[in-house]
Amino acid sequence: MSDNKKIQIVIDNKKIKCLNGQTVLEVAKENAIDIPSLCFHPDLDVKANCRLCVVEIKGKKGLHPACSTKVEPGINIITDSPEIRKARKINLELIFAQHCEECNDCIWNFNCQLLKLAKKYKVKTTRFFDRKKDYPVYQFGPSLIFDSSKCIDCRNCVDICQKQGVGFLEIKEKGHLFQVIPSKDKSKDCIYCGQCITHCPVGAFEAVGEFEDVEKPLLDKNKIVIFQFAPSVRTSIGEEFNLPLGSVITGKLVAGIKKLGVDKVFDVSVGADFTTVEEAKELIERLKNKKNLPMFTSCCPSWVKFVEFYEPEFIPNLTSVRSPHIILGGLIKTFWAEKENIDPKKITVVSVMPCVSKKYEIQRKELKINKLKPVDYVLTTRELAYLFTKHKIDLKKIKPQKADNPLGVPTGAGVIYGASGGVMESALRTAYEKITGKNLKELNFKQVRGMKRVKKAEVNINGKRVKTVTVNGMGNAKKILKELKENPKLYDYVEVMACFDGCVGGGGQPVPTDGKIREERARGLYQIDTKKKIRLAHKNPLVKKIYQKFFTSEEKIHFICHTKYLRKKKEIKI
Amino acid sequence: MDSKNVVTKLKRNNLLGRGGANFPTGLKWEMVKKAKARKKYIICNASESEPNVFKDGFILENYPKEVIEGIKIALEVMDNSSAYIYLRKDYYEKFRNRLERLTEDLPVTLFKKIGGYIAGEETSVLESIEGRRPEPRIKPPFPPQSGLWGCPTLINNVETFYYVAKIAKGEYQNTRFYSINGDVKNKGVYELPESYLISQILEETGNFPNFDFFIQAGGGAIGEILLPNELNQPVRGAGAVIVFNRGKTNLFSLMKKWADFFLEGNCDKCAPCREGVFRLAEMIEKEKIDKETLEDLFFVLEQTSFCALGKGVAVPFRSLINKLK
Repeated sequence: MSDNKKIQIVIDNKKIKCLNGQTVLEVAKENAIDIPSLCFHPDLDVKANCRLCVVEIKGKKGLHPACSTKVEPGINIITDSPEIRKARKINLELIFAQHCEECNDCIWNFNCQLLKLAKKYKVKTTRFFDRKKDYPVYQFGPSLIFDSSKCIDCRNCVDICQKQGVGFLEIKEKGHLFQVIPSKDKSKDCIYCGQCITHCPVGAFEAVGEFEDVEKPLLDKNKIVIFQFAPSVRTSIGEEFNLPLGSVITGKLVAGIKKLGVDKVFDVSVGADFTTVEEAKELIERLKNKKNLPMFTSCCPSWVKFVEFYEPEFIPNLTSVRSPHIILGGLIKTFWAEKENIDPKKITVVSVMPCVSKKYEIQRKELKINKLKPVDYVLTTRELAYLFTKHKIDLKKIKPQKADNPLGVPTGAGVIYGASGGVMESALRTAYEKITGKNLKELNFKQVRGMKRVKKAEVNINGKRVKTVTVNGMGNAKKILKELKENPKLYDYVEVMACFDGCVGGGGQPVPTDGKIREERARGLYQIDTKKKIRLAHKNPLVKKIYQKFFTSEEKIHFICHTKYLRKKKEIKI
Repeated sequence: MDSKNVVTKLKRNNLLGRGGANFPTGLKWEMVKKAKARKKYIICNASESEPNVFKDGFILENYPKEVIEGIKIALEVMDNSSAYIYLRKDYYEKFRNRLERLTEDLPVTLFKKIGGYIAGEETSVLESIEGRRPEPRIKPPFPPQSGLWGCPTLINNVETFYYVAKIAKGEYQNTRFYSINGDVKNKGVYELPESYLISQILEETGNFPNFDFFIQAGGGAIGEILLPNELNQPVRGAGAVIVFNRGKTNLFSLMKKWADFFLEGNCDKCAPCREGVFRLAEMIEKEKIDKETLEDLFFVLEQTSFCALGKGVAVPFRSLINKLK
């Protein structure tokens, strides 16, 4: 913690102003001074265990880790010397001997810190034999793979899993060394958030099928292949093609997918508009009847799994509304199939999601419509980028195209779903107009936006104060549930996203991911919303049309837009 | 007891911590005493687990009253404090009844240590008592600033508390306890002046060898190997002297013992110690030492390890290899 007092220090003979109490690594990063740091992640507490960030401090003996050394007035730091290089080189050689390289099939895609450092420090990567070559590979449901033979014991995954309030990844003593392993404890189960993937510096975690199965959805030539992409993907996938952080590239993304030879490209944000309308309806209903309050959002399958497994007493609080891509998948296989006169069995729906939990969600039996899964495949943002690269599609160069009609034009409300607070804001916009019958003048609910983990806000609708809380990060949601156990009337409406800052920080997003990157991705989404003419979900012409023409009964709405939840037993048995 | 007086006395007598790190005890007490906090903790560290060091067990066996007296003084000096005695497993079993009886009226809890050698390192002790895996914390903050559950905490070794009691009574004569072991006639623990040279200690206890020998001084793992012509210095560390008959000692077996001890006893948190010790043990196991790799491992262990254990691993191996191989 810094005390906000400005001080002057010296790094590599350069005078630098910084805050007293910042770490050397923080100051170096702010000043574009390169210090390698494998185990450091700004989302996590400093552990200082990889020992690559060692620096010299004039007047002090030995080497000191930059990540855990705090600056003080006058401190004089050297970040590069023969001693430092030697220490980093040998420690890297030791780390490489724990890490079975599989660079051709790694989420870091040759953009890996280890590999870069190996070059920079002339590391002999094979100096010691790989001591982990026989270590096991674990699969967590349909979502995650953990190859422990790649693990360098930095424990970022253990820490983030703990921070998520899950604690499924554990350290277990095996002989005289410890291993990271999934818990055998019956009361702990993975929620598939995939934060271990984005916080692992060396690619020991990946999505199931990443990247070997990316072509699968395209292989069956007898099918009509439809891709739909999630809100947050449009401002994150550009990173994989060296576009600036937060670049809004919806059109390029659509063009890229079309170039893969798929039949149609739809936008999950359109599905989000349906989710919003149904969710607002349900919220109004529950507020009126004072039943099952507070209402919880349910777009995030990891949050749903968390409630079903860890806190089943709260199952009635979850909104029964399906998540956007499931609703849109359902509409594709009903409304659109009817309209186009296509046998829904012949349709393959592929969702491109920022998320590995969505791979789990699509397997839920209760979501089936006429015995068909609404969505057949989920590809993560990373997987789609990989698929593009394989097909030599460069999003930097490609000319933008529009998504297909009729399920390709969302409102601004549907786009902000990708950021923490987006579902809340969209639902509040619609609920406000539905309750008051008036036009909402100020559309921006700024209290629910931003990078804070817990955002409490009271919204005045027709003289009634609706108490909301918007939470990201499962560990924080756990705290809110604890509050609710003591005081059930604390909130009326709760939005939870398992990942930091919402889907922009999802487990399927490009790596690296940190607070600054997530903030830029979110900023892009709000930019889109601001520029949209229609920013209220219920005013989407397509939504209106479907409610008028296709959703002819409550049953039909329920059939496509709603679901149920069940108490869950441990799913992952190791 | 006048608490200001105690700290002054500890300082005047220049008592140094007897756990091995030699930190001035008076200074430590002063830091905890001056720290402003609602709650403070005192920990008596009886985790003694380096091979051939057994003086704390000896003190608990023979002078438990003095140790408890030392803890009692600390409880009086530190406002709103309570204490833990952190005991290695077998010491816990062995001394539990006696210590419970002696601390009946005191806010003292006995704690059975879980884990190996590293679980005796002072910040690992804190982690252990707080219910986590014993491994060292990032310092600063040091325990006197923020220790057990974030409260100012005084951690002293058993022997240190013993001497606190002695100093308070004015009976301290600048002695310390030495564990003497190995190829000697009179194994055991001896209380002798701390200024004694190793040769003096061996002679005075009737243990000076009449054969070709070398010794390990300090502790049976982290201690340095010394030759007969290097004995004109006092013992550092935890005060152990281990004598080896040079003709009868298999050097690789000895190094294997150390390597196994470090493999078992370190916490595996930081890369250089976890992997460095693993590779060192591997080399020794194969009895094929590559000097360049060995020096590289020593370098990162000494320069980049997280805690003093990793930083100290090289000492016995390097001194043995340089002096005897």
